[in-house]
This record gives sequence, structure tokens and C-alpha cells, in this order.
Amino acid sequence: MRVMTLDRNEISERLAAVGYVADRDIATALWLMEFLKRPLLLEGEAGVGKTEVAKSLAAVHGAELIRLQCYEGLDQNAALYEWNYQRQLLAIKAREAAGEDADRVEEHIFSERYLLERPLLAAIRRPSPPVLLVDEVDRADEEFEAFLLELLSDFQVSIPELGTITATSIPRVVLTSNGTRELSDALRRRCLYHYVDFPDVEREANIIRVRTPGIDTALALQIARMVSAIRKEDLQKVPGVAETLDWAATLAGLGVHDLRQASDVVHDTMMCLIKTHEDRARLTREVSERLLGKVA
Amino acid sequence: MRERLAGFARTLRDNGFAIGLAETRDALTVLTQPVARRPESLKPAFRSLFCATHSDWERFDEIFDAYWLGANVRRARGVSGGADAHTSLRRRADRAGPRGALGQPDHVGRRTEGDGYSDADGLARREGASRAENLAVTDFRHITDPADMARAHALAERLARTMRARLVRREQVRRRGRRLDLRRTIHRNVSHGGTPVELAWRRRKNKPLRLVVLLDASGSMSLYTAFFVRLLHGIVDAFREAEAFVFHTRLAHVSPSLRDRDVTRAVDKLSLMAQGIGGGTRIGESLATFNRWHARRVINSRTAVMIVSDGYDTGEPQRLADEMRRLRRRCRRIIWLNPLIGWRDYSPQARGMQAALPYVDLFAPAHNLESFAALEPYLARI
Repeated sequence: MRVMTLDRNEISERLAAVGYVADRDIATALWLMEFLKRPLLLEGEAGVGKTEVAKSLAAVHGAELIRLQCYEGLDQNAALYEWNYQRQLLAIKAREAAGEDADRVEEHIFSERYLLERPLLAAIRRPSPPVLLVDEVDRADEEFEAFLLELLSDFQVSIPELGTITATSIPRVVLTSNGTRELSDALRRRCLYHYVDFPDVEREANIIRVRTPGIDTALALQIARMVSAIRKEDLQKVPGVAETLDWAATLAGLGVHDLRQASDVVHDTMMCLIKTHEDRARLTREVSERLLGKVA
Repeated sequence: MRERLAGFARTLRDNGFAIGLAETRDALTVLTQPVARRPESLKPAFRSLFCATHSDWERFDEIFDAYWLGANVRRARGVSGGADAHTSLRRRADRAGPRGALGQPDHVGRRTEGDGYSDADGLARREGASRAENLAVTDFRHITDPADMARAHALAERLARTMRARLVRREQVRRRGRRLDLRRTIHRNVSHGGTPVELAWRRRKNKPLRLVVLLDASGSMSLYTAFFVRLLHGIVDAFREAEAFVFHTRLAHVSPSLRDRDVTRAVDKLSLMAQGIGGGTRIGESLATFNRWHARRVINSRTAVMIVSDGYDTGEPQRLADEMRRLRRRCRRIIWLNPLIGWRDYSPQARGMQAALPYVDLFAPAHNLESFAALEPYLARI
């Protein structure tokens, strides 16, 4: 069904082309996912860039990204399909007034026209395979997880009023989890697994350079080192890659060229990285000076 | 090559990886691909394929190197095998059947069983003459006769089960609070031309209370530890959502060992773990470990955290207070059970206890079974 299977090197080249600075192993995982046609489960702390992987995968294949954000109480109506009740009722009234036969009315209102696609149904009905991102699957209930598992193995959906809908294209599925709940073994075994860690200093510096146009190479490296040192402190909310990028943009915007020369600015802009009051209190000026002394 | 691969799969399985035929088959097809030419590129591919959890992920490289790159395999097995014996056991149990499907009827059965117990127990309590009753009010310290002790243990387990049964029952009654589900009502009545004939109701889905128990197993608690370990087993076994931790100088997650169906073996295993090493209790640090590594996974909005400790902390009281404050913010209730309250003239003078008290919702005695049973109405109201 899929037209092309890229090999691993092509995937890493294309990832770089779309602006994703990949570690070597993620390219292998993405290749394997393509090769074995299995979903990929990404785990890792919040902010390491799990969602970004799916976005880049979509860009690599020039495919549409369909995203299903999971939350507690997510049900099939929100994830799969829903009937458009308002339109159905209007149609009933209109056809009743026209004196139409009840059976025909029913047949009419349970047709495709009145079906609202939700992400999961949308993902299997596209003419070309999209990337389906099931984000934070650990937030959904266990029942939903079981349902998802069934969908991922059959790729067909049965709608009682309409019949069975089979996938026109098999989506590439990426699931992410923050580990707030233990996922079922069945789901884990269905998926390939990749643990996403915080990028190392060199890679993070690369990410900063790619995402913050015009930033000084030396500054990017300093920022990456500083953030890596901050992550080692005992914090409640460890800053993610997105926070690093915010901070880098801020520093670049303020015209900083060398962190050592701008310790005041560094301390004052720390709110880009530190998001709770307690952490803020912990990273006092002394602490940030000390870290700065180590990295710069 | 095929045989080498089968051997590798076996090695992984020995190390607690859940690997089925599907994975091995996929691995075979991967071997035909260009990635298989060099170990550096084969490793990440096999890693994604064979790992299912973060702990698998962290151990994989060592096992891979040992097997394919000729380091000593046996050593790798020795390193990881022992520590993860329980994971592989648990996995094997899981593979026997899906947890949900098997668990459900089992739970129902157990609940009725629990109800039976609760009646018997209630009867005994009302009549006030049985031996069980006497045992229930005897301080754990004063039970010395082995037969009595065995009976107290059994009572502890039963009590834990009873508590669970009652909690669930109350929940079901509470579910009567209903309101109209507008969307579903309209949907259902489209075939009646939109006239609401059948109504759809919405009922509140109550999450069952989750209980997280942190048991102090330090020297000062040693007189009580054996009983609480037993009680812990009852709780973890009976509640679908319960987690147990034991701490003295450090914190250990013990729910997996407690889920062992063989009571004696589970309790033995745990008693070994609970045997405090000298050096005093570090409640603050143990709580810090809990907050940092376990809280996110085991605590939800309907979680009661139960700390069983005498509050003799050898760490900094400030540290304990800080961690208690953090914990307080995350969970629904903190219950602190202190066996010493049962002693006459006890007042919470220990510095640690003083530091922790402001964050505790319920500070209660736990020196005998009756005091433990008195908690149940409180838990049911949460």
C-alpha cells in the first residue's frame, strides 16, 4: 500500500532537511516502524520533544498529521465519530413537512453526510496514509486503551447505523506517554518502543542553532551547557527543550553574546526555564552564578 | 544466524523481557536488511523491537553487547536476573491472561467473600465476647503466643479485605446521583423525529479510592512491623488500586512482591526487606524519593496516602516538613498512623512528628486491630 520505504540514512537526511535534529537511534526506530508497519511508542519525561518526533515524521513523508490528544474520560464519540444531531433533526423536520416516508428519512439521516469524523476515523479514511499522533495515551482510561489496541490491529471501525468502515490507507501511528499511568502490556507489545531522553549538550546546541536563526554558535553551546547543568539541579519541573528554545530566543533578542558578561540578564530571564515558585526560590542568584561559572 | 537470534531472544526472556514469536519473527526479517551489517546499527533496531518499558531500555545495551559482542553472557544474566526476578514472574502471570478479563470475576468473588467476613466480623464485634474481639484490642506488643499471633495475622488480612468491600459498596450507592445526558438523549430520539421519548442519563463515574501505604520499618517500629506487613499484604491483595512502600534509611517499592499469591512467601520476602539496617530512619529523605520518583505514577486525585510510622526521624525536620508539604499538594488525604498513640500519656513530641503534623489530615493510633478498623468509615468518606 505504501509507495516507498525509505532506508535509515534517507530518513535521517530528510529529518535534518525538515529541521529536526535527530539522534541516530530515532532514525532507526522510524525506519523500523516503516519496515515492519508497526506503531511506535515514545516514552520520556515531559518536554523532551516526543510530539516533535511525530510532527517531523509527517514532514518527512509529506503526510498529514492527525493528532488525538488523550485525556481522562476520552470516549469514542470524541475520538472516533459522532452523528451531527442538529443537522439530523433539521432534516427530519424538513422531510416530515414534505410528507416523506419515515423509513426513507431514517435512511437519509444516517448517511455519510451526517457523520462527523473524529481523529481516529479521519486517520483511516484518508486517500494517502497520514501520521496519527496519539498524544499522552497514558492519560486516557484503560477502556479506551483497549479500544485503541483493537483499532490498531484491525484498522477497521464498525458504525452500527452505517456498517463497517475499512481503512483506505494504514496510518503511521505514533503514541506518546509521560508515564503517569502504567500502560497495558498488550499495548506495549503491539508497539515498537523508543525512550526519548533529554538531548545531550551538543545536540541541544544544534537544535538551538536550527530553531533560532541568527544565533551565535558559541552562545548556543553556552546555553545548552547551562540548561544541562540546570537539569541536574534538584528541581520539581525540569526545563524541556521548548523552554530552552524560548530562553535562547529571549537571550538572542536581548542582544546577549556571552552568558558570562550578562549574568544579570541570565538570572532575570530564568523564568523562561523555571516554571514553579519553589524552583524559582531554589535557583537563587548564587546558584545561577555558580552554574554559570561552571559552564561558561 | 537464526539460531543465534533464537538464543538472543532466550537470553532476553531470561532477563525478564516479554518477547513473543511476533518479535522474533520481525527480528528475523530485520536481519535481512542492510542495518544488520554492523552491530552499531543493528543494536538500536533490536532495541526498539525488543524493549517494551524504560527498564528494558536501560538494560538492553548491556545484554546486547554481552551476547553479540562476545562479552560474558553469564555475568549479564547474573547482574540483571536477580533484581528482576519479580518482573518476569509478574509478566508471566500477565501473559497467562489479560489482567482485566481475568481480574473482574475474581474481584466479584472476592468481594462477596469479603462481605461474608464483614458480617462475621461485625457479629463478633457486636457480641463482644469472641476471642477475635479480645485480640482486636490487644496491643500488638503484648501478643506473644504464636497461635494468637497467627490469629491476629489472619484478622489483619480479613480486616483489610473488609475495608475494601465496604468502600466499594458505598461507592455503588453513591452512583445514584444522575443527570440528563442531553447529547445522547437527542441521538437516541432522532428516530422518533426528535421528540424525547427515551431519555439517556448520565451517572457519575467514581474512581475507586486509591490507597498508597508507606510503612516505616525502622528499628523503633520493629515490634509492629510484622503485623503491618501482614496488613499491607491484605490491602494490596484486596484493593485493585493500592501501592505499598517500605522505608527505613531508604525507600523500597514493595507492591510487586506483595502481589505474590502465596501469603507466607510474600510476607517472608517483605519481612526480609523490611528488616531495617541500622542507622536510623530517614523519613524526610524517603518521602523525597517517593515524591520525586513514584508520586507521579501512583498518585491521582483520589489517592489517600497512609504513612505508618512512629515519627522518630534521624534526618532534618525541615526536610521532612518540605516533603510533607509537597506530598500534601498532590494527594487527597494524608493519614498518619502512629502506634505510639495507643500508649498511655503519649504526646507527639518527636521532632519529626512535630514537623509533619501540620500537613496530616488524620493522625490516628494503630497499635491494635480495632484502631485500624476505626479508620474504615473515614476512608469511605474521602
